[in-house]
Amino acid sequence: MYKIVRREVLNPVVKLMDIEAPRVAKSAKPGQFVIIRIYDKGERIPLTIADYDPEKGTVTIVFQEVGKSTKLLGTLNEGDYILDFVGPLGNTMEVPKDAKKILGVGGGVGIPALYPKLKMLHQEGYKVEAILGGRSEEYVIFKKEMEAVCDKVHYATDDGTLGKKGFVTDVLKEVLENDKEVDYVITVGPVIMMKNVCKMTKEYNIPTIVSMNPLMVDGTGMCGACRIEVGGETKFVCMDGPIFDGHLVNFDLAMTRLNMFKKQEKVSLELYEQHHGGDHHGR
Amino acid sequence: MAVKDRVPMKEQDPKERRKNFNEVALGYTEEEAIAEASRCIQCPKPTCVAGCPVHVRIPEFIKAITKREFEEAYKIIKSTNSLPAVCGRVCPQEEQCEKNCVLNKIGKPIAIGRLERFVADYALQNNIEEEVKPEKKNKKVAIIGGGPAGLTCAGDLLKMGYDVTIFEALHALGGVLTYGIPEFRLPKRIVEAEIERLKKLGAKVETNVVVGRTVTIDQLMEEEGFEAVFVGTGAGLPKLMDIPGKNLNGVYSANEFLTRINLMKAYKFPEYDTPIVVGKRVAVIGGGNVAMDAARSALRLDGVEEVTVVYRRSKEEMPARAEEIEHAIEEGIKFEFLANPIRINGTEDGWVKSMDVIRMELGEPDSSGRRRPIEIPGSEFTIEVDTVIMALGTSPNNLIPSTTKDIEIQKWGGIIADETGKTSKPGVFAGGDAVTGAATVILAMGAGKQAAKAIDEYLRNKK
Repeated sequence: MYKIVRREVLNPVVKLMDIEAPRVAKSAKPGQFVIIRIYDKGERIPLTIADYDPEKGTVTIVFQEVGKSTKLLGTLNEGDYILDFVGPLGNTMEVPKDAKKILGVGGGVGIPALYPKLKMLHQEGYKVEAILGGRSEEYVIFKKEMEAVCDKVHYATDDGTLGKKGFVTDVLKEVLENDKEVDYVITVGPVIMMKNVCKMTKEYNIPTIVSMNPLMVDGTGMCGACRIEVGGETKFVCMDGPIFDGHLVNFDLAMTRLNMFKKQEKVSLELYEQHHGGDHHGR
Repeated sequence: MAVKDRVPMKEQDPKERRKNFNEVALGYTEEEAIAEASRCIQCPKPTCVAGCPVHVRIPEFIKAITKREFEEAYKIIKSTNSLPAVCGRVCPQEEQCEKNCVLNKIGKPIAIGRLERFVADYALQNNIEEEVKPEKKNKKVAIIGGGPAGLTCAGDLLKMGYDVTIFEALHALGGVLTYGIPEFRLPKRIVEAEIERLKKLGAKVETNVVVGRTVTIDQLMEEEGFEAVFVGTGAGLPKLMDIPGKNLNGVYSANEFLTRINLMKAYKFPEYDTPIVVGKRVAVIGGGNVAMDAARSALRLDGVEEVTVVYRRSKEEMPARAEEIEHAIEEGIKFEFLANPIRINGTEDGWVKSMDVIRMELGEPDSSGRRRPIEIPGSEFTIEVDTVIMALGTSPNNLIPSTTKDIEIQKWGGIIADETGKTSKPGVFAGGDAVTGAATVILAMGAGKQAAKAIDEYLRNKK
């Protein structure tokens, strides 16, 4: 059992939790993820580690409430427990030794997943900038945290309430046009966003890494549910990733595979909402 | 004169059981067990025992059954076998103890497995416990992996008085007994009961610990005071066929398919949250026990009308147990022998639509002694399927070797260990599939037992 020691509502669909998991906190490195199972009939879901504190023994997770499991998780409070919390899983991010200026591009709950990577690079003395995007200002989370570890943060929102009106790729184009110092990009967010970012950085010939977040079951290489194609080869995200060369990832396949259980996920969510009526948004 | 034929064991009717996950074999009654046990001629020099990887004192426990001393029979079995209810169900007895039975000369061998199962179930039902009160040794041993090898090693070390902690990567112990072998062949309550017994013996358990990620063996030994470590991490990485279409939606590794069903109880979705998707027509590629488990599990899921096992050799070469093949046939599983998939075709939106298969013929024997299958040119044909499950074997995970100083491995990834389980790293022992590659539950248990002995010896001689 793993205790929830902090819970924050970041926006109507996203929450943050600090979970007491001393072993995970002690070993965690930027880029890694955990798998959680909330209760005895629950599914195993992967979540990227947003932060960790080996002293306190806590690991920070940030999740968007999209299906039954994440909605259920959102109803838990400080002092409640999660049944299973395993990690840190996956490989750690390698530091791009020769890079001069690193640009992070994040969207949605990809932003907190991007955060520990940029934080480490900042601490290592790299010049770091970020482009963060979302539907509106409210949906762009981790702004303060990111601003603390970046030399500059650019914003893009669909409605223009924060930064440029448009997509992160619109800002990315401007940055790449005007700032020729940027020579390494890290992008984490929805698959379609990472696909578009990689398409653009490829045109500019700038090495780009992505962090994939596919469906998983065990997270230890046993099942292959998380497989994707990278450079034409099949890779298991849980063992070979989650970080890959974005210019080699088959994003279309990754998107298709995310849909494998869509119908069942819908059934599960509908049943949950029937029984638990009301909505927990923002509470 | 010995009775030639075995007392048959009742089974669920194939027509019924193909739509439920309840256990297929129903076990002997007391009278049936006594009748079967009475067939044993009590050889003065029993050959059956030599066939058992954990050397169960077979004639002794069978004799106790004939005297209706079931508790005594249990104690005899348990003195060398820590998981009898499991072994009685899933051991390939026909290749081990029963193969050596002298009754083979006149008829059928004693049904040793069924009798073992009877005794173990009797003990579970009647809460019979072993009385073990070893002197505490105050030395910590870490067991990495809670599967058959680790559980056996832990059980034996606990009985010797060691302070044992089992580290398990998943949220539940049991390894393949929990995630791999289906409920209808090995009910999970049996596995859970055996694990409860270990806990009563004093086993400490830490689930959700992926050794190599969460903590390393070096940390366990240097920082947490473990004086010896047993690595029983199995062979968990699934092999996938490298053919076009292998990553289409609807293609599973048998590991994923079975883990969803057994560990995560996806067959009870939506009561349980983990889903499984299958179409009307399912193809299972492979000819081993895992292929049989996957095929029979698929058949039991809602909406499945037809399950076909596609195997590149013929029935005779199938590595699955004869009993499992028979059960599969009785339940209506179809077989496409001498056929090998070459391509999985998808729909526009990325789902499996059909599979192209090529006819094979058998050539000269290969290194495994089985005749090598060879493609017959121009013999391609297509089978309509919605779901493809690949059961082509597994190989060891390199997580532990790659994160532990001084552990040597084979080229194919197996940990190098001698017959006692000793690895190249002092204090670290290994056994089961992690050393041998994918094999059987009982061989892993035998290795766990050996290693427990070797660990005891190592710790006695240390300093």
